[in-house]
Amino acid sequence: MTNPFDDIAKNAQCLFIIGSNTTEQHPVFGMQLRQAVKQRGVPLILADPRRIPIADYATIHLRHKPGTDTALLNGLMYVLITEDLYDHEFVANRTEGFEELKAKILAYPPERVAEICDVNAEDIRRAARLMAAHRPGALMYAMGITQHTSGHGNVISCANLQMLLGNVGVAGGGVNPLRGQSNVQGSCDMGGLPNYYSGYQNVALEASHKKFEAAWGAVPPVDKPGLTLVEMMRAAEHGQIKAMYILGENPALSDPDSNHVRRCLAALDFLVVQDLFLTETAQLADVVLPGASFAEKDGTFTNSERRVQRVQRALNPIGECRPDWEIISDLGQRLLTAIWPELPDAIAEAPHGHWDYMNPVEILDEIADLTPSYAGIRAHRLEKLGSLQWPCPDEKHPGTPILHVGKFTRGLGKFQPMGYLPPAELPDESYPLLLTTGRVLYHYHTGSLTRRARGLAAIYPEGLIELHPEDAARLGVANGETVEVASRRGRVHAKADVTERVQPGVVFMTFHFPDSAANFLTNPALDPVAKIPEFKACAVRVSKCAV
Amino acid sequence: MPQVNITIDGKKIKAEAFKTVYEVATANGIYIPALCHHPALPPEGACRVCLVEIERQRALQPACTFPVTEGLVIHTNSPKVREARKFALELIISDHPLDCMTCEATGDCRLQDLAYEYGVKGNEYTGGVQHTYPIDDPNPFIQVDRNKCILCRRCVRACNYINGVEAIGIVYRGFKARIAFGMDSTMQDSPCEFCGSCVEVCPTAALWPKMSLGKGRAWQLKKIETICSYCGVGCRLNLHVRDNEIVKVTGADGPANHGFTCVKGRFGYDYVNHPERLTRPLVRRYLLEGGSKAATDHRGGGDGKNGDGLLATGNAAADFVETDWDTALNLVAHKFAEIKRNYGGDAFAALCSARCTNEENFLMAKLTRQLMATHNIDHCARL
Ligand code: SF4
Ligand code: SF4
Ligand code: SF4
Ligand code: FES
Repeated sequence: MTNPFDDIAKNAQCLFIIGSNTTEQHPVFGMQLRQAVKQRGVPLILADPRRIPIADYATIHLRHKPGTDTALLNGLMYVLITEDLYDHEFVANRTEGFEELKAKILAYPPERVAEICDVNAEDIRRAARLMAAHRPGALMYAMGITQHTSGHGNVISCANLQMLLGNVGVAGGGVNPLRGQSNVQGSCDMGGLPNYYSGYQNVALEASHKKFEAAWGAVPPVDKPGLTLVEMMRAAEHGQIKAMYILGENPALSDPDSNHVRRCLAALDFLVVQDLFLTETAQLADVVLPGASFAEKDGTFTNSERRVQRVQRALNPIGECRPDWEIISDLGQRLLTAIWPELPDAIAEAPHGHWDYMNPVEILDEIADLTPSYAGIRAHRLEKLGSLQWPCPDEKHPGTPILHVGKFTRGLGKFQPMGYLPPAELPDESYPLLLTTGRVLYHYHTGSLTRRARGLAAIYPEGLIELHPEDAARLGVANGETVEVASRRGRVHAKADVTERVQPGVVFMTFHFPDSAANFLTNPALDPVAKIPEFKACAVRVSKCAV
Repeated sequence: MPQVNITIDGKKIKAEAFKTVYEVATANGIYIPALCHHPALPPEGACRVCLVEIERQRALQPACTFPVTEGLVIHTNSPKVREARKFALELIISDHPLDCMTCEATGDCRLQDLAYEYGVKGNEYTGGVQHTYPIDDPNPFIQVDRNKCILCRRCVRACNYINGVEAIGIVYRGFKARIAFGMDSTMQDSPCEFCGSCVEVCPTAALWPKMSLGKGRAWQLKKIETICSYCGVGCRLNLHVRDNEIVKVTGADGPANHGFTCVKGRFGYDYVNHPERLTRPLVRRYLLEGGSKAATDHRGGGDGKNGDGLLATGNAAADFVETDWDTALNLVAHKFAEIKRNYGGDAFAALCSARCTNEENFLMAKLTRQLMATHNIDHCARL
């Protein structure tokens, strides 16, 4: 997020939520947004195919078809440009590429967009005018935007819109991706990505290569970025990847086309999984290492606002479990000797070549030493200040609540015109319904934790498929009846929740429950740039179960 | 905001105009008891426990609602004030079960603390009819005991001004007044989202987390502040621990959540102590004793039993056996080194975790790059 939660809740004059079911997925921030509407009367524009709970508070709800976000965003920009409602000063002083953007946008008049998105053209105009009249405005998005083959384009379009409105680098504004997991921001920041060292230092740059080579004594070649998750699976299937080490993830349920993922993992020579439970993925492993939960370890998490906060141990690890940092460093130590019975000088002499960490504070120090945006984030400062938001370049720096104030990292903000690309798989005769996926308030991700929390499991015990009454009537399906859902990739069963939350022709499912997990159905087609699979749109067929 | 000069208990204080007497006193270290007031909520002025004497005002005034203006002279602890507070407490308690002996909230109850502080015995106005509401509401999270409700409306305000769904109200008047959910139905049939903000602010045991019943009183629990393990909001939580088990979670005052949580953060903690937790390393038998890794059943879904059948493979060599850390880690190190030697580092890939700490993710990336010499590392950021 470019802006903190508090700033948005207190200072935004307009809220635009697109592809985020905020009150169910980021509930506490959802509450704060709800209060902004209730107490300050801030207009809320919602773009979401489903009638999600926060729709009750929306001034305008644009229920566009799943996968048509770029068209919708372009339509909004069309109105801003043609009705001359955009921020001329911001565009002139802070951006470049406006003319190119304009040329592209002019192909998206609201009438055309209305047709692509299946929304009312007048609503697009009203929404754009509202955004222009109430500034600064904050834009929030989540996986509803990114999990498409056009995900990269959607994200860029969000930025284009906010720059056009002059809503970047100001309090109460910003482009704000809401991160779905406690430390997904941190795991990206830490270099848990195939193309970046920590702090987004590009692996393909000679400078970062040299830096880490000097620090660690050994690094991979500079000219060969790694594989992304979905690419890894394919490489495993074809025997190019022989071994995997999976920490606290459950790709056998969380990744698209789960049947395929399981085949890929089973094809490995050697799979190590470190987790709390024998998850669907751990069941395929050769070795399973029992890690510790958040309550059994020390360390830091970085939230959606780029805020680094301390995680503190409350329990001794259960049984013989060990905190994960301890397991990884113990393994690292042994691996070091297994690979190099005699330690090469380069590693022995490198300042951070070793693996004998005594505690997470030492690791955070290494992170700070090697990561410019975390350079000032040290345990003793977190203890004193409670939290710090990166970039925090040195130990005097107070942290950066709002990004891009006065200047973008690259200087001027560049408009990158994006065209509309339909989802990779659209409904047809054999698979006539469009499936979109998500999570519910009471569960989390693959459910390996929440299904084991008694209260959550009791209140939401099984996977449902939301089906519009018209579709249900056509299929002869009653509310609560178990149906079979099939795509080109798999079949699952789920209980029908007949509801107008979805529109006719669209169905919604979660992946919290193994027996009705949408990911047996979803399409692993990737966004060509961001490599994010298209979870949010694929074609399915729903039928009554044979009794 | 203009500044005003006031005097509280003889102390001269400069304060922002229109702050309440309670806010100004508290900010200046002067104690005024409060019961219906909660600092995160708009004031209500319902309980009259915060009464103070203000010169030139005919009656005593509730400090939680009275705004400061120039020249106010306030006495927070005069005999008259103490007497009035005691009277207010007597009234509240006349209709209270007084079963503190077995009450969950003992030691963590605003009402109990104040009754003690003001020497209220609870026998002044008894003889009237007592409430005998059935305890409970059929939901997995929150126990509702209306007999212990003092109608302070903190829960009503929390649901309105913190959460926003307005699931709680007060129905009827006088003796029959009581809290109600939705259209006077159950919590689950109301717009309630089980965020527990109402439980957080309830000063008594009227609203209490069901999962914590009988698990220990405040003084028996250790309280540790940490960050929620679920979504990316990063709410700060207090974990209340007894005998190495989390028995309760409350909201801590973090910059993202300001003392409140959602249902997952507050009530979704018990997976931590779940009996299915793995507690020792597991390895396939063939890795220890030789034999071959048989093809495991990886047909996966589509047959109605997704993910089943992987544990019992029908091949004893492929069964999981428990082992010690040394054996497991040596085995893994040896295998990874062998694969690197035979096929090169790019035959290895790692997935780090969006649910693990920065430190752990950093080490995963270091292990992959420094030791295995590949950039094949990713995680489910995109999922
Ligand atoms: S339930 Fe608790 S918070 Fe609500 S009115 Fe009763 S005592 Fe007050
Ligand atoms: S749990 Fe939350 S939503 Fe439900 S009544 Fe209490 S405050 Fe309202
Ligand atoms: S308490 Fe709820 S909103 Fe807060 S971090 Fe946890 S899951 Fe997210
Ligand atoms: S605390 Fe002021 S009236 Fe209750």
